[in-house]
Amino acid sequence: MACMAFVLMALGFVIGAAVSGAPEGGMLGLLIAAGLWLILMLISYSSGDQIFLAASKAQPVTHDVHPQLFNIVEEMKVAAALPAMPKIYIINDPAPNAFATGRSPERASVAVTAGLLARLNRDELQGVVAHEVSHILHRDILFVTLAGVMLGSIVLLSEIFLRGMFYSSMGSRRRYSSGGKGGGQAQAVMMVIAILAAILAPIMAYLFYFALSRRREYLADAGAARLTRYPEGLASALEKIANDPSPQLQVANKVTAPMYIANPFKKKGHSSLSDLTSTHPPISERVKILRNMMHGAAFKDYSEAFAAVTHHKSIVPTAALTKEQVALREGQTGEERQERQQKQMRQVGDIMRKVNQFVFLTCLCGLKLKIPPNFKADKVKCPRCGNPLAIPRK
Amino acid sequence: MWAALGIIGGLILLVILFVIGVYNALVRLRNQVDNSWSQIDVQLKRRHDLIPNLVETAKGYMTHERGTFEAITKARAAAMGATNVADAAKAEGALGEALSKFMLVVENYPDLKANQNFLALQEELTSTENKISFARQSYNDQVLGFNNKIQMFPSNIVAGMFSFTKRDFFEIEEAAQREVPKVSFN
Repeated sequence: MACMAFVLMALGFVIGAAVSGAPEGGMLGLLIAAGLWLILMLISYSSGDQIFLAASKAQPVTHDVHPQLFNIVEEMKVAAALPAMPKIYIINDPAPNAFATGRSPERASVAVTAGLLARLNRDELQGVVAHEVSHILHRDILFVTLAGVMLGSIVLLSEIFLRGMFYSSMGSRRRYSSGGKGGGQAQAVMMVIAILAAILAPIMAYLFYFALSRRREYLADAGAARLTRYPEGLASALEKIANDPSPQLQVANKVTAPMYIANPFKKKGHSSLSDLTSTHPPISERVKILRNMMHGAAFKDYSEAFAAVTHHKSIVPTAALTKEQVALREGQTGEERQERQQKQMRQVGDIMRKVNQFVFLTCLCGLKLKIPPNFKADKVKCPRCGNPLAIPRK
Repeated sequence: MWAALGIIGGLILLVILFVIGVYNALVRLRNQVDNSWSQIDVQLKRRHDLIPNLVETAKGYMTHERGTFEAITKARAAAMGATNVADAAKAEGALGEALSKFMLVVENYPDLKANQNFLALQEELTSTENKISFARQSYNDQVLGFNNKIQMFPSNIVAGMFSFTKRDFFEIEEAAQREVPKVSFN
């Protein structure tokens, strides 16, 4: 974060100095860079979460629609001692994924896809929700938005400068010859530095941004383990998400990607370069770390498991590494069965219909009918026994 | 002379500021502990409210399990009558045990397990049990922080001045579970 702020300010200074040819101009450039960041920040701060939820086509749900999801979110709210219950949304998409949004714990939202609800058992769903609630608790959404806006400012600033350079270079040769010789040379050197900076700064900013996003993902995993005391739940959920054959999430885009629990864009290969330019750490690594937490569920235990798996030094801030003892617990869901899976799939289908204002009818012969909202007639014939049924209208 | 007075005055001011800071931190921690306690309370009440429904739904299916129902009803009454933290913890522990025994018995009644109403109640009960344990977890974390602040130097001086007292942890394990097994190498 601080690294990105530094890149932005340095870029502003260098460009300002190059354009005006004096250090005072550098200060002005710095101010312009900060102002640009501030304006973009205010826009995304005031209406970020609503824009995001609308872009993801998320629909709000209550306790009646999916009691289990609602209960699990409430459980995690209690565990994290959040000041308010997060709003819950479901996205009608078969790809299993989830995200959290909202700038503060007081007004946060959690959204999950229908595919996630259909595939995960209770423990796994709890792990995923705990990960999202950790994002809320750590204020990661604000953090990632702040960093994203800073990245945007850097890219915008370099773009404006480079384009300006390109167009003005045609007519600017006269200026160098008419000015004083020494000053012109210094400005030319400054200009070269500024061009280099404008090319390199966005690349550096991208790398810092990705590193930040990955770090927050690891921390949210650690937080989820601590909240649930059951890292296996999240580990097994992540495994299921990674191995899922359904196509990638339709509603995700480059801007919203870091908010999701797993990268919504599927990659084919796996290389160290793609690790550097990804918003999420590789899932296999996250699973391995969670499964390595054998002694407890505190941040300290996650940090030890992280060091053992990645051979890097800890990513957990030292302030969180207290000597607390956090015991692990047992899972609650029994063996997974094909039958249960299918039932779950059907239930989720019904939930999506309920959310979309379908009317549910049961015929006397026992057949269940699901009437879409755009069905205009007020009577329907049962396809099995031919009995006419009245459709109640609200 | 004046310089000495100034230094003494400055020191006194610093001490006062320190006392104010520690006092406010203690009050904030105490409020957090109280709030976490009320969270546990909310969930325990919810569990008490769920039990009559659960018993009503299950009774028709489980005609031979009178003892199980009686144990639950008794444990619920005891838990609702408890007044202090230690008693409540013990009674709620017993109620939790009675409920998990009941859930084991339910496994023998496939008809009951297929009942939609019962399934919904079971989800609510599972979730309430989880919320109780998560609320307890968060309460104990807060109590640990509060007690540490009260006992550690120098905030213990301020805590003594305004008589802040330590809080009890909410523990439900039985004494037998808490005992460390003795190992001897003789």
